[in-house]
Amino acid sequence: MEILVCAKRVPDTSENEIELNSAGNDIERDDLVYSINEPDNYAVEEALQLAAKVGGSVTVVTVGGEDDEEILRREMAMGANHGILISDATFSGSDGRGIAMILKAYVQKGNYDLILTGVQAEDGAAQVGGMLAAMLDYPFASLVTSIEVLDAKKLKVSREIEGGNREVSEIDLPCVLSIQTGINEPRYVGMRGIRAVASVPIPTISATDLGLDAGVVGDAAAKVKRVDYFVPALGKGAEMLHGSREENIDKVLELLEAKGGLR
Amino acid sequence: MPRIFAYIAHKGGLADDTAVELAAAARKIDSGALPTAILTGWGPDLDAACSSLPAAFSEIWKIANETLAYPNAELIRKALVKVLPANSIVLVAHEHFGIDLAPGLSVKINSAFVSDAVDIEGVEGSALKLVRQEYGGQVSAHVRCDISSGAVVAIRPGAFHAAESVPVRGAVVEKSIEVGALSAGRRYLETIVAEAGDVDITKQNILVSVGRGIQEKDNVSIAEELAEALGAAVSCSRPVVDAKWLPKSRQVGSSGKTVKPKVYLACGISGASQHLAGIKGSFLIAVNKNPKAPIFQVADVGIVDDILEFLPELTNKVRETRTVSAK
Repeated sequence: MEILVCAKRVPDTSENEIELNSAGNDIERDDLVYSINEPDNYAVEEALQLAAKVGGSVTVVTVGGEDDEEILRREMAMGANHGILISDATFSGSDGRGIAMILKAYVQKGNYDLILTGVQAEDGAAQVGGMLAAMLDYPFASLVTSIEVLDAKKLKVSREIEGGNREVSEIDLPCVLSIQTGINEPRYVGMRGIRAVASVPIPTISATDLGLDAGVVGDAAAKVKRVDYFVPALGKGAEMLHGSREENIDKVLELLEAKGGLR
Repeated sequence: MPRIFAYIAHKGGLADDTAVELAAAARKIDSGALPTAILTGWGPDLDAACSSLPAAFSEIWKIANETLAYPNAELIRKALVKVLPANSIVLVAHEHFGIDLAPGLSVKINSAFVSDAVDIEGVEGSALKLVRQEYGGQVSAHVRCDISSGAVVAIRPGAFHAAESVPVRGAVVEKSIEVGALSAGRRYLETIVAEAGDVDITKQNILVSVGRGIQEKDNVSIAEELAEALGAAVSCSRPVVDAKWLPKSRQVGSSGKTVKPKVYLACGISGASQHLAGIKGSFLIAVNKNPKAPIFQVADVGIVDDILEFLPELTNKVRETRTVSAK
């Protein structure tokens, strides 16, 4: 099974507090720690486990710039066979649909049976996988929490629905699945693993290679644009307790008694 | 102004709670027009769902098709593509079904797509102005969407509140015949109901709920000790389940349990919208060492502190006072 995983390098929200920059038009990007988008890492792990079970290869692709190579190397250190960087100035400013167009053009140059994405990235949009599937006319399932290969032509997948329940479906290959976190336990990658793949070449693919131009991708073609970032006024906001820890603990106990029926 | 549609999910003959919210969102796009509801399904369930709709829609488009008895997003997308006029605006709730449906629908009707909108500021020329959140709610963003060829907008559940009631009850318009035969590359097999788990977190007066801030599995015992001292239970947010530190049955949120304890003590939980969606009507106390954590926007009381130090001290205090009062 030839598996393609679409991945993205994002500011790591578990390592950073995201704040506005002084101009207020973007987040503060100095000193941000970046890593692979967490659900994408689960997607790569799932691809590796599937390939180990039924044979095949795993390719990780990202749309971005030189800096984004680091996540490809990280995922190659995990065991991915190939890393592909799709990079071109034309792509800058693409909206979700533009990114899906770029990935569609790349997928059509290959012969992939299964395409995985993470369920969502830092923008929380959860859109590229579903768009890519529709563009390719492949079936799609989002929020996938387990994959079982039934035969060469179909999978059994479960997806997360309300209340912790799971919806089980059969899905024809080739298909696109968006992977939810927790589907597996991604393997650890050490510095040694990263060093081992440090000199493996990563091909860079351009807009011309994919036959794309500014008519369909990039800023000019984007129908959805972020104007700015802001921090909303704190709704009603919490009553913040500024006392010592001991005072705060007393206050919490008082509230637990008054509101929570603690005796 | 393009025509506005709202795709209404339903279950057991009842329209989803988000129906009024989608109607409210539509009024924020065009205050002068009522949206058209679209419902798909089969049999008496579908008819009952149509009748259960609140009076907030100009028309109710009904698509009855045996293959739509179970809501399969691919089949529903194909049905919608057949009935939607060009350049429509289509509103969908951003939950597990909407995430399956909406992005692909936007591609197939060749329109723009905005995901998980939390507010709508109106229309300016051909631009729809919306608000989204990024980075798990740590920052918000103003977004402009070109609606000249229509748009699919996924609306965050709970973010829009029903507008003043409208006395109009839309007529049901039969659209089934326009749809015809449908087939999909994904076929529903079954639903696996969540395991009950050792503790029922939906039936507690107090929940001690832990998030990523608990840092490692061994630290979960800190929360368990506090819960035991309080006669409460430990629940958690998604990252804790993903890391396998607690079972899925303890997860609060849109993909876990909906809970309504009297007090919800959120410990090291940032406050992602999917988590908050699972807490109903509780007095919310949040402890987090990040003063900018989004949880402080919605909590009743907030404390900036390290839970790994705060919780054990709170536990000690509870033990002391409870022992005293027991005497």
